[in-house]
Amino acid sequence: MTNKDYEDIPGTFVFDADRSREGYHLNQFCISLRLQKNRDVFKVGEEAYLDKFPMTAMQRAAVLARDWNRLLELGGNIYYTSKLAANDGINFQHLAGLMTGMGVEEYRKMMLNGGRSIDGNRYKSEWENK
Amino acid sequence: MARITAGVGCSHVPAIGVAMDTGITEQPYWQPVFKGFEFSRKWIAEKKPDVIFLVYNDHCTAFDASCIPTFALGAAAEFHPADEGFGPRPVPVVKNHQKLASHIAQSLILDEFDLTIMNEMEVDHGLTVPLSIMYGEHGPDDDWPCLVIPLAVNVVQYPAPTGNRCFQLGKAVRRAVESFPEDLNVMIFGTGGMSHQLQYKRAGLINPEFDTMFLDQLTSDPVGLSKMPHVEYLREAGSEGVEMVMWHVMRGALDDEVTEIHRHYHVPASNTAVGHIILENKTN
Repeated sequence: MTNKDYEDIPGTFVFDADRSREGYHLNQFCISLRLQKNRDVFKVGEEAYLDKFPMTAMQRAAVLARDWNRLLELGGNIYYTSKLAANDGINFQHLAGLMTGMGVEEYRKMMLNGGRSIDGNRYKSEWENK
Repeated sequence: MARITAGVGCSHVPAIGVAMDTGITEQPYWQPVFKGFEFSRKWIAEKKPDVIFLVYNDHCTAFDASCIPTFALGAAAEFHPADEGFGPRPVPVVKNHQKLASHIAQSLILDEFDLTIMNEMEVDHGLTVPLSIMYGEHGPDDDWPCLVIPLAVNVVQYPAPTGNRCFQLGKAVRRAVESFPEDLNVMIFGTGGMSHQLQYKRAGLINPEFDTMFLDQLTSDPVGLSKMPHVEYLREAGSEGVEMVMWHVMRGALDDEVTEIHRHYHVPASNTAVGHIILENKTN
């Protein structure tokens, strides 16, 4: 495999071909919720709907638990997992509040104050003593 | 002949579309975002482009994980706004200049850019929000004031095409446009950005110094800027900030020397730094 020079960025998954392969069925499930007719079926029975997508048991559990960070760790990509969030009435900013562990209000406040600074957030080594 | 007269760079933050669609652009949160588009709307109403070549990215709407073309050119007669999970945006159907699109597709492939050609495609906020930004409110029964040729660029799955490849593609688009016999005023849009990260524990990253450098160098050193490696975008501008490579297609299609006639930068719109620039060719 090629050298992944982007693996030392903290708090970040780069959705490369390996992640895409690992998350394929999970992501295809998520994107299916783009359409109302599919959301209607999912709403009636989540387990039965998930049976149509051959994802791993861990991915399936993370979907049912709405464990947003775990979904990314297991190959999910934010543009896909955000469709599951949208299905639950959760928008991008709300989702970011959950993924960062800050909570919605504190996250919103951070964005109004100019967002998360780049200082101290470039390299994994900078997060080690946090 | 057809010619490219100007380039526009702008963010495509979905919440900008939502703010316009729900009529809340005058709220204090949104007012400073839209203030920076007032000049642009007057400018484009005066310049009246016949066709916009719109470089954008699809957000798993027309292309889910099953098919990931690096460059996909819209050749269909029209493109309907897609349902992205909340119903389609209430904006006009996007109409193509099909003859020019076919000509560009043919020219680009012979120029060694191996495009995907889309004869059926829905378009998402990546394409419609920049049109809303530039043209203001238009309802679904309206028409956009110009024809649009969409070029979708993969920036979702790493790696996106390199900045240099995008820049070179812009040059090829210009050659294609200038070899089309009809007298047309064509503009090119590069969209997406600026710094933002939507995912995981570093979500909310904003880097105004990086964004300002990027906007400055579009005019002063576009070739140098186009050589920036992906890891620098990912680290400095956030994992979703890499979509700024699309601006290089726009820049590559313009003259070496351009005049920056407008710039707007604001933080935040939702999770994102909003950036916008208008560049005109000096030879116009």
